[in-house]
Amino acid sequence: MSEQKVIEIEVLRYKPESDQEPHSEVYKVPFTDDMSVLQGAQYIKDYFDGSLTFRWSCRMAICGSCGMMINGIPKLSCETFLRDYYPNRITLEALANFPIEKDLVVDLSGFIEKLEAIQPYIIPKEPRTLEQGEYLQTPEQFNQYIQFTSCINCTLCYAACPQVGLNPDFIGPGAMALLHRYNMDSRDGGQAQRMELVASEEGVYNCSAVGYCSEVCPKHVDPGNAVNVNKINAAKDYFLRFLSPKGGAQ
Amino acid sequence: MGGWWKKNPFYVEYMVHESTALFVAAYAITLLVGVVRLGQGEAAWNGWLEAMKSPLSIVAHLAFMVAIAYHAFTWFKLFPLTMPPIIVNGKKVEPEVVVGSGWTAAILAALALLGIVWRIAA
Amino acid sequence: MKTRKRSNAPIFWGLFGAGGMLAALFGPMLVFITGVAIPLGLLLPSGTMSYPKMLAFAQNFIGKGFIFVIISLFLWHAAHRIFHSLHEIGIHAGFGAKLLTYGVAFAGTVISATVLLGIGF
Repeated sequence: MSEQKVIEIEVLRYKPESDQEPHSEVYKVPFTDDMSVLQGAQYIKDYFDGSLTFRWSCRMAICGSCGMMINGIPKLSCETFLRDYYPNRITLEALANFPIEKDLVVDLSGFIEKLEAIQPYIIPKEPRTLEQGEYLQTPEQFNQYIQFTSCINCTLCYAACPQVGLNPDFIGPGAMALLHRYNMDSRDGGQAQRMELVASEEGVYNCSAVGYCSEVCPKHVDPGNAVNVNKINAAKDYFLRFLSPKGGAQ
Repeated sequence: MGGWWKKNPFYVEYMVHESTALFVAAYAITLLVGVVRLGQGEAAWNGWLEAMKSPLSIVAHLAFMVAIAYHAFTWFKLFPLTMPPIIVNGKKVEPEVVVGSGWTAAILAALALLGIVWRIAA
Repeated sequence: MKTRKRSNAPIFWGLFGAGGMLAALFGPMLVFITGVAIPLGLLLPSGTMSYPKMLAFAQNFIGKGFIFVIISLFLWHAAHRIFHSLHEIGIHAGFGAKLLTYGVAFAGTVISATVLLGIGF
């Protein structure tokens, strides 16, 4: 019979109603090799401190709820495993670059506002009636944007991006991936409308091509590419705006 | 947020490749001084040429070479991040091929430059 | 509806990109040629950059253009990158930082253009 393995999990705790500042607590968690970091957090909540607060849902890396900093790296806790850190201590903190609401839960309202700001819906090229039937799209057209539809809004990319850390108003990688998803969809004609945000001071030029966002993305969306490709589009808009009759984005 | 970049090897490498800009600037300023000296006449120009022969200058230029070569290496390595998809014969070119092509272009450009200067010098 | 300010970054980003591409393609070999090979007489004769030869090169349309583009774009590339790196290490986008970076690039551009035009054709 093999001995029960125990791993130390250090969690940055914060209760807004009583704490001035976050502080660390260490828990000794017995585990088996199949356990995820999420299950480690659930063990702490079940057996040590029921007040430990964290988001989770699907536990299979598709809902995007369980993102947190694990040893300083933004990861989904449901697809990160305790066995890979043992015998060293694991440190859990709320996702970087977001205000902490409580324990491992961050305030995502800024991110939600950014998603809304990019107009995340098909803006038709011209008005279309039901009688015209469905849009037709070739596989090539589909491939232009399909990658960017994989985003699960986990915001690991925002935690990864140092420019978001330095400028919280930066639209950021995830919102840009969604923007790019719509711009590249052959059914959409809203590029000019979305350009104002892309070309603004909160837009793509905050990015300095660190690329860590794409590195940490659990769904391989490559949000960094969405941001950087739109630097080219915004530059075209900047230099060619006087040629177009509508003058491009204001 | 001071020292944020020291906390993660990915960020450290980022700062290293960003800092190659200091060497690009230093070399450009070296050339700028040369151009100014060229404009000041033969004696001034020869003074600049002599300065280029000093051990300090040789060592500095070797450092510039290493840094700017690292700039070139990382510049093309970042192409999958910074460039739109490249389509050849209806198929998207693989990231590794894009990067390899960039490095190859840099090597060819370097050799071409050396070749041209060699011809002119002869 | 929030009115957003358009960023003027495309100008500097464009210069950064052009300079970065030139530096990536030609930088290492240029440094080797001008800073190591010719001074040491390695692979290339030391006289390759003699005054008459360099003057002729700088008076030639193509040579003049090449020298100007290399100096100017290398400086704009470096300025943009250094300016952003300063921001990243906590030295923020003040006028001083802009002067130290873009200001130097601008000065270098003007100086090299002036001298190169002064050298004649």
